This record gives sequence, C-alpha cells and structure tokens, in this order.
Amino acid sequence: MRSLQQFLYDSNARCAMLVDRSGQLVATVGEQPRFDATSFATLTAADFSANDQLARLIGETEFSSLFHQGEQESMYLVDIARRVILVVLFDNRTTLGLVRLKVKGTVEELARLFTAMFQRARDTKHQPNILAGAEDEIDRLFR
Amino acid sequence: MSMINYAAREISCKIVYYGPGLGGKTTNLEHVYGRVQPNTRGKLISLATETERTLFFDFLPVDLGTIRGFKTRFHLYTVPGQVYYNASRKLILKSVDGIVFVADSQVERMEANQEAMQNLYENMQEYGYDLSTMPFVIQYNKRDLPNAAPLPELQAALNPGFEVFETQRQRIAPDPYHAGENLIDQIPTGEWVERAPYFEAVAVTGDGVFDTLKAVSKLVLKTLA
Ligand SMILES: Nc1nc2c(ncn2[C@@H]2O[C@H](COP(=O)(O)OP(=O)(O)OP(=O)(O)O)[C@@H](O)[C@H]2O)c(=O)[nH]1
Ligand SMILES: [Mg+2]
Repeated sequence: MRSLQQFLYDSNARCAMLVDRSGQLVATVGEQPRFDATSFATLTAADFSANDQLARLIGETEFSSLFHQGEQESMYLVDIARRVILVVLFDNRTTLGLVRLKVKGTVEELARLFTAMFQRARDTKHQPNILAGAEDEIDRLFR
Repeated sequence: MSMINYAAREISCKIVYYGPGLGGKTTNLEHVYGRVQPNTRGKLISLATETERTLFFDFLPVDLGTIRGFKTRFHLYTVPGQVYYNASRKLILKSVDGIVFVADSQVERMEANQEAMQNLYENMQEYGYDLSTMPFVIQYNKRDLPNAAPLPELQAALNPGFEVFETQRQRIAPDPYHAGENLIDQIPTGEWVERAPYFEAVAVTGDGVFDTLKAVSKLVLKTLA
C-alpha cells in the first residue's frame, strides 16, 4: 500500500481503491470517499465485466484499462493480474496522462503482490473454517 | 464465492434472484429494502430501463445477523428476466453462493417460467456450477392473482427434483416448511429425488419474501459450516 500512497502523491490523484472482481472493496487509500463505497465497488466490478464481454465481441481478450471522464471528477480503472481492479479517482488538479504514467509501476508491483498472494492461498487451500459446527447457531438466527 | 474478512469480522455471500421477466424479482428486493433496519442495509442499486425493467441487475447488501462473532452480510442481486439479456444474466451468476428462482404463478407464464429455469441450468453449467448441490430455493410469486396455477402443477413443472444417487442420502427428508411433505423422497418408479425448498409469495405485499430469503441464506451459511 506504500506504493499506492506514493503514486497518489506523484500523480496528484485524490484516491485509489482496490476492488476484487466479484465487487468487494479490498482497500481504500488517500481521501476517504464520501459516497457509498459498497455500491461503488459493485458497479466497478460490473462495469469491468461488461467491458470484458465487449472486448471479446470485438476480438480483444480484454480492455486492461477504462477511463470515465466527468466535468470535475474522472476515474481511471486498471486491471491487476485479472484478479483485482485498481480505481483511481482524480479531478482537474491532474491529467489522465500523468495518472496513466505514474500508475504503471504501481500496477506492476501490485500485480506481483496479488499473484503471489493468490498462489499462496491456493497452496494452503484450507482456510480455518470459522463456521464449523455452527449449525445450531445458524438455525437459531433464522428461526 | 463467499468471502471471509477477518479484519472486519464479516462473512459476505452472494445470492442471485433469477426467473422470467416481470416475475417479481426486483419487487422482492424492494420489499427487503423497505423492511430491514436502515443501519443493516446499504443502498438499493437498480440498473433499469426507463420502464423499470431490469437492464443489468439490482443490488442490495443486507446484514442478517451475527454468527460466531462474524457479521453475515448478504449481497442480493437480481438478473434481468427478459430473454434477450442473457449476456448480462450470465455475468451476474459469476461466483454465486445461493439462488432464488422467482416463478410467476400465472398460468399464462408457465412456459416463460420453464424457459427461464432451463436458461438457469445452462448458464450454471457453463460456469461448471452444479445447481443440484448448491443452495437453491424456488418462490412461487403472485399467489394473489386469480389466474395463478395450482401449486402441484407448478411443482411438477419447475421442481420435479434432482435424482439422488448416493445411497447414504437415499432416505426421506421432511420439508421443514411444509408439514407432511418431503424434500427427499422416493418416487413411484423407484428413484430417489430431492426437490428444492419452495415458498408461496405475494412480493407486492411482502408475503413470503423474508421466508424465501431466510431459507436461502440459511442454506448458504450451512455450506460454510
Ligand atoms: N399482483 C402481483 N403483482 C406483482 C407481484 N410481485 C410483483 N408484481 C408486479 O409485477 C411487475 C413486475 O415486477 P418486477 O419485480 O419488476 O419483475 P422482475 O422479475 O424484476 O422483472 P425483470 O426486471 O424484467 O426481470 C410489477 O408491476 C410488480 O408490481 C405479486 O406478488 N402480485
Ligand atoms: Mg427486475
């Protein structure tokens, strides 16, 4: 996350969010967003998966990044190792060109990190099962 | 795919409401949204057409309680029921943990129900998901309408059961929601079948909406237990 902070500093972007492909918010760095982050994460993942399908239709395997431009606020979304989406929110204090330039190194670093992390998760396989034997508790919750 | 966040002490799971167009999927979510405490739910996001038909999905996150100190957070999605939106429908099914099939009880919609069910099987199969082993419940909605088909007819058409092959599971399992009925049973030809739990509903008034949601949520959590 250090590298994300450095990236925000270098690019003058406001905030960076990591969202997994199923729409769960993984992390937020920089200015805390004032909007509903859960909805935001879901829509980001949906946006990306819809665009994946569009890419396939025109004969690409994917669009590795997306850009949405607003009058004040814009966002740049980049795929990371096909696992996670990095969303960068920025305003008129910077430009898409600078954001894109500065994010490159961060994306590579995060890609290595997530690839290693998912590999480890696959190797260990079993996560401790916190709900093991909780059948009674589940029954009580949904009576 | 359910996700456990140890830092936030939260388990999140994905439930998808599937079924024919105008069956009442969005209405189910609207009712849940209106009835749960505002502090236990997020925003209801609807990606819909001008005429309020679902275009991509509806989304509603709700907390249904705490188990073993972990908040259980359910992400409820609906798919667009209209036939030509299949590409979006398939996307929404990705990483699903539990499915609610919302059938439209009206006699005229029988064929649409069956087509949607067939489409669900196909899309699940394409992901390699097995509907027969996944948390799955069926809701017969619009029971208030005079042209609603009788339950046995709907059950026969939409919930005939999956064959049970493992011998250790071949014994009668009563339906906890309907006295005198069974979920696992032997049919006259000798095969053992397992049916999905079903619920009658009138989503516009909310009848049956929470029964359905609780049943599928419970099944999802039990797959983690
Ligand atoms: N009479 C009656 N009408 C219902 C019931 N549930 C839903 N409706 C109505 O049926 C219509 C369609 O409901 P929706 O919830 O939008 O249906 P949907 O399944 O989301 O439809 P799509 O988004 O096209 O897939 C609306 O006008 C609802 O008010 C019910 O139980 N009884
Ligand atoms: Mg709808």
